[in-house]
Amino acid sequence: MNAALQAHGLGKKYGRRWALTDCDLEVPSGHVVGLVGPNGAGKSTLLNLSVGMLSPTTGSVEVLGQPAGTQQAKVGYVAQDTPTYARLSVADHLRLGAHLNPEWDDSLAQQRIQRLRLDPKQRAGKLSGGQRAQLALTLGLAKRPELLILDEPVAALDPLARREFLQDLMEAVAEQELSVVLSSHLVSDVERSCDYLVVLVDSRVQVNGEIDTLLATHHRLTGPRRTAKELPGDQYVVNESHTDRQSSFLIRTDRPILDPSWSVTQLTLEDLVLAYMGREVQSERPVLEVQR
Amino acid sequence: MIWLTWRQFRVQFLVIASVVLAAAVLYAATGPGLADDYQRFADNFIKNLAFARLNPVLYQVGLALLYAVPPIIGAFWGAPLIARELETGTHRLVWGQSISRWRWLATKVGVGGLGTIVVTGALSLAVTWWSSPIDKAINAGQESNFYLPRMFPVTFSGRGLVPIGYAVFAFALGVAIGLAVRRTLVALAVTLAVVILVQILAPTLIRPHLMAPTDQNTVATADNLRGFMISGPGPDAEIKQIEVGINAVGGWKLTDETVDKSGKVATLPKWVIDCEPNGPNERATSPKAAACFQRMADEGYSQHVRYFTADKFWALQWREFGLFLLLAFGLLGFTFWRIRRDLS
Repeated sequence: MNAALQAHGLGKKYGRRWALTDCDLEVPSGHVVGLVGPNGAGKSTLLNLSVGMLSPTTGSVEVLGQPAGTQQAKVGYVAQDTPTYARLSVADHLRLGAHLNPEWDDSLAQQRIQRLRLDPKQRAGKLSGGQRAQLALTLGLAKRPELLILDEPVAALDPLARREFLQDLMEAVAEQELSVVLSSHLVSDVERSCDYLVVLVDSRVQVNGEIDTLLATHHRLTGPRRTAKELPGDQYVVNESHTDRQSSFLIRTDRPILDPSWSVTQLTLEDLVLAYMGREVQSERPVLEVQR
Repeated sequence: MIWLTWRQFRVQFLVIASVVLAAAVLYAATGPGLADDYQRFADNFIKNLAFARLNPVLYQVGLALLYAVPPIIGAFWGAPLIARELETGTHRLVWGQSISRWRWLATKVGVGGLGTIVVTGALSLAVTWWSSPIDKAINAGQESNFYLPRMFPVTFSGRGLVPIGYAVFAFALGVAIGLAVRRTLVALAVTLAVVILVQILAPTLIRPHLMAPTDQNTVATADNLRGFMISGPGPDAEIKQIEVGINAVGGWKLTDETVDKSGKVATLPKWVIDCEPNGPNERATSPKAAACFQRMADEGYSQHVRYFTADKFWALQWREFGLFLLLAFGLLGFTFWRIRRDLS
């Protein structure tokens, strides 16, 4: 099976500013991928490059095994801020989708609109932010893509609408067997909906893997003060902090932790992401692929 | 895609199209009467026109509409076509569907361009047809100080193919500017300004160069004299410029200069003031004036005149139409090139 998304040395320059530099990434298909990172990390740029909305300055990006932008019918895209035509009605939007997509699934679209209680005659400009996002998602889903890319779909929504949107997305994914890549700067969004995580900081992929595996292989160790060099070689230190008498390490390892002097705590996804985001970005690339 | 384009475009289209349709119906209804009058009054047609008060109004409204339509189409159809999508971000919605940017653009431009041609074409046809008895009468030499020959710059831009050329150009310009500046309001204003500027400047800067005008040297005489430009009143007045009539009714004179015997543009000598008849409306030639004209001829002064004759009308129309069509295609070329590049 092809990778859903594959980037090699991908870079994008706007004028003189690099929005994304030298990005390597491989995301297997069949996952709901959460792309997280601070604002300005290059998430949007990466996704826009993946759908062919932008063309790369350096490197290449492949989607479902083909260069980005060449298989429009197979890749759904819900753009940032979920734009819709303000003066067109909900029904007009569905008609638009039906006219412009060969694989359009009209019954799916109609069912969704009904279930979401959207009035087909309502103009999109009069919808709430959450409803607009739902409409944009409906367009993306009824297209019957193999891969659905969502660029910060819930960034502008209130907490309740966020929850509803993501829940709805998860249900649709379960029914349609498609891969999803969605970006967010909130870990809670990802935690709720994704099974695969990519952390992007300063256009570098910091960590990349299935969330269950990541949580199982990352631990926080607390114990008497010592330096990182004293840890076994198979324990990769993500970050460390020390007080006078105590040391605390966030490590990644796939072996059991044998040293009894450590107290080991499980991490939440948020701890994990923040640990990677808070790190100084190293000049040489850390090897961080999670083994499976 | 045609459905979507129409759905987005229909309000703007119907507003302008209904105004044009109303005008076309009005001209179609009053035109036959005018044509009858032309037959009936023959040589007195123009003199009799003023009695039907509506006719001068319709004549001028027709011209005004044909001047107004190209900038309006450029600003309200062309400029928002892409600019509004970019401004509201909806281009990212529509490009996320299974349609290439070129097909999307081609459909939008095709529908808008076709609308432009049909609407402007219908209006120009109605106005040109309605005005044709008047234009014919003027070209046949009937005198009027209200109706101008259709070859004259002001009338020329409101007849035949030229307004269609302007409108297509204006539409393409609006689309291109909208894509370049990405702001609907800015694009609209810039397009409006540029198209109006083109309408003002094209007759003097472009039109004379589209064809070789008739080039002629005539000796000024009391008979062909049209007017003098005199430096001022009083005994010291000098004649600055002489204008002569051309032997082409309904033609458009581009230049009229006095040249000396070597063919260079001349400054008129002082004694030329003698050629002036006694007062502006005095037609009878005094012996002094006759002698003066004779002296000018003897010393080799003549009038160098360049003009387009009335029968060049359609040839000139086609050339100007073709030129603006080419410009429009150039702008479209830019638009298609630009749309393929990054926009979001």
